[in-house]
Amino acid sequence: MRGLLPFLATRLLRAAIALWLVSTVVFVVMRLSGDPVPLLLPPDAPRSEIFRVRAELGLDRPLPVQYAVFLGNVLRGDFGRSIHFRQPAFQVVIGYLPATLQLGLTAFVLAALVALPIGVLSAVRRNSLVDQTAMGLALVGQSAPTFFIGILLILIVSLNLGLLPTSGRENWRHLVLPALTLGAFAMASIARLTRSAVLEVLRADYVRTARAKGVAETLVVVKHTLKNAAVPIVTITGLQFGTLLGGAVVTETVFAWPGMGRLAIQSIYNRDYPIVQCTVFLSALLFIVINFCIDLIYGLLDPRVRSS
Amino acid sequence: MALGGGIFVVVLVVVALAAPLIAPFDPVRQSLRGRLAPPTLAGADGRAHLLGTDHLGRDVLSRAIYGARVSLLVGLAAVVVGGIVGASLGLLAGFRGGWTDSVIMTLADAQLAFPFILLAIGIIAVLGPSFPTLIVVIGLSGWVTYARVLRSQVLVLRSREFVDAIHALGGSVARVIARHILPNVLSSLVVIATLELARAIVLEATLSFLGLGVQPPTPSWGGMVHEGREYLDSAWWISTAPGIVLMLTSIIVSRTGDWLRDLLDPTLRGE
Repeated sequence: MRGLLPFLATRLLRAAIALWLVSTVVFVVMRLSGDPVPLLLPPDAPRSEIFRVRAELGLDRPLPVQYAVFLGNVLRGDFGRSIHFRQPAFQVVIGYLPATLQLGLTAFVLAALVALPIGVLSAVRRNSLVDQTAMGLALVGQSAPTFFIGILLILIVSLNLGLLPTSGRENWRHLVLPALTLGAFAMASIARLTRSAVLEVLRADYVRTARAKGVAETLVVVKHTLKNAAVPIVTITGLQFGTLLGGAVVTETVFAWPGMGRLAIQSIYNRDYPIVQCTVFLSALLFIVINFCIDLIYGLLDPRVRSS
Repeated sequence: MALGGGIFVVVLVVVALAAPLIAPFDPVRQSLRGRLAPPTLAGADGRAHLLGTDHLGRDVLSRAIYGARVSLLVGLAAVVVGGIVGASLGLLAGFRGGWTDSVIMTLADAQLAFPFILLAIGIIAVLGPSFPTLIVVIGLSGWVTYARVLRSQVLVLRSREFVDAIHALGGSVARVIARHILPNVLSSLVVIATLELARAIVLEATLSFLGLGVQPPTPSWGGMVHEGREYLDSAWWISTAPGIVLMLTSIIVSRTGDWLRDLLDPTLRGE
C-alpha cells in the first residue's frame, strides 16, 4: 500500500481546487448579473425597502467580504432561498436529485452491459462484419448530438411504433428511452475503448505464448486477455459515468424527466438564480466525488498509477 | 472517405456563404395559410417547399440553409477563441514554468474534471444569450487541448541547444515561437481545431435547443429541432430535417479530424 496516501492526498487536493474554482466562477457570474434585489421585490417597492433588502443580503458590503461570506454559505449548503419555490434552494434541488441519479445509473448500467461484450467481440473478431458495423454505429453514437438522438427515439419508438411513452416518470417504461439517449455516448465510447484495450492485450507476448502452448482460443480470451484488459476498461467506464451528468441536462429536458437538469433549465427561464447556482454546484460536487472514487479504485487496482 | 468529408465541408461553407442566393424562400417570412405543409416536390408556380414548412409557415429548407451560417460562424469563431486562449496559455506555461505553469495546468485539470455544459448554462443564464457570449463560452470550453500540446512542445524544445544558441545570439522568444515551435505543432493544431469545430457546432446546437443559444427568429439547427419538438407527431420534418443535417455535419467533421490525425500526427492517437 506504499504510496497510496500521497496519491490520495494529491487527488483530494485537486478535487478541492476544482470545487473552489467552480464556486468562484459561480460567484463571479452572479455578481456580473447585476443587482438581484429588484427581482425579489415588487416593482413599486420604495427605495428604503430596496436598501433594507440589499443590507439584509449583504450586498452593501465590499466584494471580498461578500466573497468570503458566499464561500462560507456554500460550505454550509446555504445557497439562498428559491424565488419561485419560496424554500431554501438546497432543499428544493435535493428533492430532484433521486430522479437524476436513477436516470444516470440506469443509463450507465445499460451502456456498460451493451458496450462491454460488443467491444470484446469486436476485438476478437477484428475487421469482421460485426466489428465494422459495431464500430460504425459507435462513431455515430459518439458524434451525434444527444438531444437529437432523443428526438429520433421519440419519433420512431414512441410515435411511429407506439412502444414506449414519450415523457414523464411513472414506471420502468418511461425510463427506457431517456436511459438509451443519455447512455448512447458512453456506450459508444466504452465499446471503442474496450475494443482497443483488448486488442492491445491480444498483441502481448504472454498471449502469444499461451497460444503457442496450444491453449484454446476461448480460454486465451477469457483467462489471459480480459483480466489484463480490465484495468483500463474499468477506469474509462467509470469516467464515463461522470460525463453522463452533463448530458442529463439535455436528456431530462427532451423527455420531461423531473430531475436536476430539467430543474436547472426551468429555473433559468424563471430567473430563479439561487436554484441555478445550487444545481451547478451540486452537479460539480457529484461529478468530482464520483471521479475521486474512480481514482481511488484505480489506485487500489493498479499500483503503477500512484507513482505517476 | 476523406475526400467525401472535405467535399461536404466545402459544400457546407459555400451553402452558408451563398445562403441568400440558394435559399428558395425568405427564412423568416411567415405564412399562416401554409403552416405545417409536408415536404413536396410539387409547388405552386414551381416554388415547392422541398422540406415542408414549420408551425409558422416558414420554409424548412431555407431555414436549414441559413442555419448553416449560424453553426459555422459560431463554430469557427469559437475554435479561433479557444485556439488563441489555449495556445497563449500553453506557450506561457511552457516558457515561464514554475508557478505560472502550475496555475495554468491546475486550471486545465479542473476544467476537464467538470462537465462544462453545466457551467456554460449557468453563465449564459446570467449574462443572457447573444452571439459574443455564445462564442466566448463555447470557445473557452475547448482551450485545454491546445494549451497541453503547445506546452509540451515548448518543454521539448526549450532545453535543446539550438534554442540556447538563438538566445545567446540575441534572438527573441517570439522568434523561437514563430520559427521553431509553431511549425512543429502546426499539424497537431489543425487536427485539434477540426475536432474542436465538430464539438463547438454540437455545443452551439445543444445550447440553442435548450433555448440558451441563438434566439428566434434567427434560424439555427438546434433551435429548429426545438421548435419542431411539439409537432413531432403531426409534422416530423420540422425537427428531423435540421437534426439530420446537424448530425451529418458533426459526424463528417469529426471523422475528417480523425483522418487528419492519422495522416498528419500519429502521436495524437488515443488522446
